[in-house]
Amino acid sequence: MEKLRRTLLYVPGNNPAMIQSAGFLGADFVVFDLEDAIPINQKDSARILVKNALKSIDFNSVETMVRINSWGSGLTKKDLDSIIPSEPDIILLPKAESKEDIEKVVRCIELEEKKYNKKIPIEIFALIETPLGVINSLEIACADKRMTGLQFGAEDFTANIGTKRTKSGEELFYSRSQIILACKAKGISAIDTPFVDIDDMEGLEKETEFAKQLGFDGKAVISPLHIDVVNEIFSPDEREISWAKKVLNAFEKGEKEGKGAVSVDRKMVDAPIAARARRIIEIAKRMAI
Amino acid sequence: MTKVVKSIKKVLKLINIKDGMTISFHHHLRNGDYVMNLVLEEIAEIGVKNLTLAATGIYPIHQPLIKKMENKIITKIDTDFISGPVGEAIVNGKLEQPAIFRSRGGRARAIETKELKIDIAFIAAPSADSAGNINGVDGPSACGPLGYAIPDAHYADKVIAITDNLVDYPLFPVRIEENLVDYVVVVDKIGDAQKIMSGTTIITRDPIGLRIAKYALQVIEQSGLFKTGFSFQTGAGGISLAVADYLHKKMKEKNIIGSFALGGITKFLVDMLNEGLLKTLLNVQSFDLDAVKSVKENPQHQAISVSRYANPKAKSCAVDNLDISILGASEVDTNFNVNIVTDSNGIIIGGSGGHNDSAEGSKLTIIVTPLIRGRFPVVVDKLTTVTTPGRCIDVVVTERGIAVNPNNKEIEERLINSNLPIVPISKLKGVAYQLTGKPEPIKFYDRIVGKVEERNGKIVDYIRMLKY
Repeated sequence: MEKLRRTLLYVPGNNPAMIQSAGFLGADFVVFDLEDAIPINQKDSARILVKNALKSIDFNSVETMVRINSWGSGLTKKDLDSIIPSEPDIILLPKAESKEDIEKVVRCIELEEKKYNKKIPIEIFALIETPLGVINSLEIACADKRMTGLQFGAEDFTANIGTKRTKSGEELFYSRSQIILACKAKGISAIDTPFVDIDDMEGLEKETEFAKQLGFDGKAVISPLHIDVVNEIFSPDEREISWAKKVLNAFEKGEKEGKGAVSVDRKMVDAPIAARARRIIEIAKRMAI
Repeated sequence: MTKVVKSIKKVLKLINIKDGMTISFHHHLRNGDYVMNLVLEEIAEIGVKNLTLAATGIYPIHQPLIKKMENKIITKIDTDFISGPVGEAIVNGKLEQPAIFRSRGGRARAIETKELKIDIAFIAAPSADSAGNINGVDGPSACGPLGYAIPDAHYADKVIAITDNLVDYPLFPVRIEENLVDYVVVVDKIGDAQKIMSGTTIITRDPIGLRIAKYALQVIEQSGLFKTGFSFQTGAGGISLAVADYLHKKMKEKNIIGSFALGGITKFLVDMLNEGLLKTLLNVQSFDLDAVKSVKENPQHQAISVSRYANPKAKSCAVDNLDISILGASEVDTNFNVNIVTDSNGIIIGGSGGHNDSAEGSKLTIIVTPLIRGRFPVVVDKLTTVTTPGRCIDVVVTERGIAVNPNNKEIEERLINSNLPIVPISKLKGVAYQLTGKPEPIKFYDRIVGKVEERNGKIVDYIRMLKY
């Protein structure tokens, strides 16, 4: 079943209270941050805390991710060596700009696999937040079989292109689309940038609706208060679920009769539409809320 | 005729206060109440001893009471709720006789059946006239409907109104009528308006609290009771307010009109009434100024007495007509018993209030609580103090799962068939212990310092003196 990745909750890697409850706030996956949320003098303690938390805390079966520091920081190898043995589900590489950036992460995972003589099934996400990263997003998405998603990072990106972020988001339209296309071409998850105004719930709703319409699978959130809004928008409603059930029933019946396409409510249903319906049903099944 | 007496000292002489009497106070001014301290200071000067203090609530502002306990002026306390240093003093053995903890309805029952005989009721009166008519909705210390003072006014031998807002006769509106009142004393201030409002009147922003509130809403939606005409009670804590807020939105979305909301009333419930989502509010106490204003101005917002609210021996009472109660807990055990009197260190931090009453009266009682609080588990093997028996509790909602009392088969079946994370309560306890470890048992002396009653008067547990 396709993984449900509507909300990616950022949790600072130096906050034990938030880490221990991270899996119970309704987010589909959580990312423990070792990068921007952590001051330089706490990088080591956050690394140790996250490493031990991954081994000992129950995260309620939500996927766990760790945002390590970027290759330019000089801390990446240390982060990876420390975190990989704790086997988070995903490593998130920030400021990814090329397939080589991903390959270096893969090599570190493989070295640990050799060291422990076992498969370590860690996936990789890349955070696309530079112009070069956006331009190379397809190459990054295709860099390795461990790549399972791209997340857009608009704050760094707008700073890098010399503009400021607006709520209407015209400055991000091209980049968002480029990232979505790369993800869809490779069949991996496309996650939108977080909405940073914590109290503007109306703005969050608008931006999330827009992200969904563009084709993102989910959105990063920096406040737990945003989880329910984002989850709801990325979840099918009752009308969509009932449409999907109808479509799938008709399509599966047609398949048994040797038909590649059927008609539902006077509209043609073929394999791509059936696939969309199947995805809606899968998401609905996974929704606890 | 005027009943106005110059001072508290003078009125104490007029009524001939004596050793061994029972004096009562209401807690509608909460942590802003000046009246109890003023009266006890004067009593201390007179030299009367061995009094029973029958106060509906005791707050941190009442710290001077500890000295009166040490000096044997107050040797017994009969109450519904204690927060602050007086609770700590009691578990440290500073009160000569065990304190009695009753529910709201239990206290009304005890007064009306003469089990609790009040000699003198001192009623903090936000507004009064010279004949002793009283209301709680006007004046600088306006606090609401004075619902908890009503049995005291009716059943005490002597009733003294203490006010800082004496108005021309006749006062309007009137909550406690002149025929019940013996004397009126005017003081500079009966309370600190800033502290009269209940502790928490803001919706929690804590993500754990919001998650719990969301789950509680979903339990309500799945319960089969969430339909036009339903009734409910929530408290004033951050999580309870979040439940009320979610309920408000859901009722609007589903076009459900509630019958009534009961108990302590907040702005959140007033807004629902004003939007036509509730037919009426039954207000025994106002938790904020919006609720005070509304109960004064809106006839659909009814002031009720504590006896109508919850007295189990009354001919009927409102809690027994409740569909849903959303309540808190300091601890819950694996038999669904709830502690709301002491914390996990054995210190008195509260009391039943209406917990026991609404839990027993309502069709569905939901406890909302984080699974761990500080370094302590909330779901435990054995409670520090039983307050509300598990038979009255249907569902315990935490951020890490929801437990359903197997005695309520209907709700169990409904919730198990939902998408909610339903787990056995023993599992919740296991998860809590996994996070916190099993706490060392608290050490107590044998000496009993408190007795906790159910609303019918049956003693449900004892509080013992703490051994440090």
